[in-house]
Amino acid sequence: MRATTTDVVRFDRAAVQIAGRTIWSDVSLSVSPGQFVAVLGPNGVGKSTLIKAVLGLIALSAGSVTVLGRPPGHSGREIGYLPQRRNFDSGLRVRGIDVVNLGSDGERWGVPLPWGERLLPSRRAAAARVREVIELVGATAYASRPIGQVSGGEQQRLLIAQALVRHPKLLVLDEPLDSLDLPSQASVAALISTICREHSVTVMLVAHDVNPILPYLDCVAYLAQGGAACGSPDEVITSQTLTALYRTPVEVLRASDGRLVVVGEPEAPARHTDRHADTAAQAGQQW
Amino acid sequence: MVTVATNPGLSWNVISDVRQLLLFPFMVNAFRAGTIVAITAGALGWFMVLRRQAFAGHTLAVVSFPGAAGALLLGVSATLGYFGGAIAAAVVIAAVPRSLGGRARSSESAIIGTVQAFALACGALFTSLYGGFLSGLLTSLLFGSFLGIAPSQVLTLLAMSVVALTALAVIARPLFFATVDPDVAAARGVPVRLVGTAFLILLGCAAAEVSQITGALLVFALLVMPAATAQQLTARPMISFVLTIGLGVLIVWLGLAVAYFSIYPVGFYITSFGFACYVLAAGWRAAAGRVRRTSRGTAAVSAA
Repeated sequence: MRATTTDVVRFDRAAVQIAGRTIWSDVSLSVSPGQFVAVLGPNGVGKSTLIKAVLGLIALSAGSVTVLGRPPGHSGREIGYLPQRRNFDSGLRVRGIDVVNLGSDGERWGVPLPWGERLLPSRRAAAARVREVIELVGATAYASRPIGQVSGGEQQRLLIAQALVRHPKLLVLDEPLDSLDLPSQASVAALISTICREHSVTVMLVAHDVNPILPYLDCVAYLAQGGAACGSPDEVITSQTLTALYRTPVEVLRASDGRLVVVGEPEAPARHTDRHADTAAQAGQQW
Repeated sequence: MVTVATNPGLSWNVISDVRQLLLFPFMVNAFRAGTIVAITAGALGWFMVLRRQAFAGHTLAVVSFPGAAGALLLGVSATLGYFGGAIAAAVVIAAVPRSLGGRARSSESAIIGTVQAFALACGALFTSLYGGFLSGLLTSLLFGSFLGIAPSQVLTLLAMSVVALTALAVIARPLFFATVDPDVAAARGVPVRLVGTAFLILLGCAAAEVSQITGALLVFALLVMPAATAQQLTARPMISFVLTIGLGVLIVWLGLAVAYFSIYPVGFYITSFGFACYVLAAGWRAAAGRVRRTSRGTAAVSAA
């Protein structure tokens, strides 16, 4: 892919080490404005680490990364971030709309003025924006219910709304479809694509299954320990490219309905609970 | 404690009963202290219930018992001991790594339990060294001395409350963010760990304050019950917060008033009123949920 100065995210021969262990190295990839990009790869390859590098939560050990033309960590307001799926406790007595609200001013010190919406124009504008994003993700019907009591797909929509409140230029989503049922996966994927196309938000999405998002993708980045393969899904998700990337025979099969099946991809041992652990723990389970 | 000169009798005339209640300075002080304590405990308790840190809160309250007993043993004021013990324990609990993954939760509660057991043992040692088992000190440390509050104590409580509530107001919104959604809060630059530590210290202050009034064992009446009740009733944060404080003040006032006309301890009444509120709220919510489910079911049936 040709790198230009307007790239939203640009990794150049980047590497990350955690506790002396190289997670990945020699990763180069660039994301252009308005693109819908998926970061793929087997479990434990460091996809979330890549996201953390974009957010500036982890420093590179080699190479460089720029985000919206600046070093990472300096574009906080312009990035909407959705971490790996959080399950809200079913007893949490906080409404969905309150969680979305936190997206607009949650990190500010102090307390919001009670009933300030009626007094301050800025608060009114913020409240209108919150209603707008809730409408956009189609969550109006259940935004006033306690968030622990709506379904996983509904929670995910509210969290996407939370990430969108401040008009981000870049939306970074870490496994947003993980542990959703199939219909919810399809509808949330379609929603993310709509946000990308109609609201010109660049989307960078981590996934371990490409199929739900395959129809919408501009570009995929397959991540491996020794680098990344980037390009259109047709170029990258092929037996040749992935075999070369992982240096082990990988076969890509296409089912009759167009779904892709990757066979022989080096998988980390199936320790699904550990996938949601912190980065230090992730570093310990590299294959 | 002041002996009641006239026999307290309930006349069932609200105005004369209230006038009778406020006749004695010790009752006026009890009302003042109770109100201050109810507001502070309600505000911090609301966050504690939301953060699922009731066990930590309980430990902070229990630790004020050895704190106070130790202070008496050393000959310094019990108030100092209450606050010292609770704040020290808050710092210890905050030092326990609380990872976002949730796996540290169980080890956290184990550590808190260990701290609590040791603190209680120290408290028992201190009171026995002081000879307190015989003098009724233990009862007063564990179950409070609502009716023996001096005006100077009320002032101390007021000052501590103002400080604690101001600090809480400063951290309130990021604390709420870090409670509901720690990962995103951290990514947005909220110092999640720092805010959590600050909260525990404030909670320690509140627990110490309440302990002085209700005793170490009944702190929960004011720290948990109003917040748990309010959160049953509504999921709107601002409203449930205000409701928490209102309920706290109400049960303290009711408890004090009823205890004045009765021979049983204040702590029992306050706790019982709090418990009654909670049971009513939980029952109401369960009933409302059932009605909503039934009506939705009928709607679905009629739609089909």
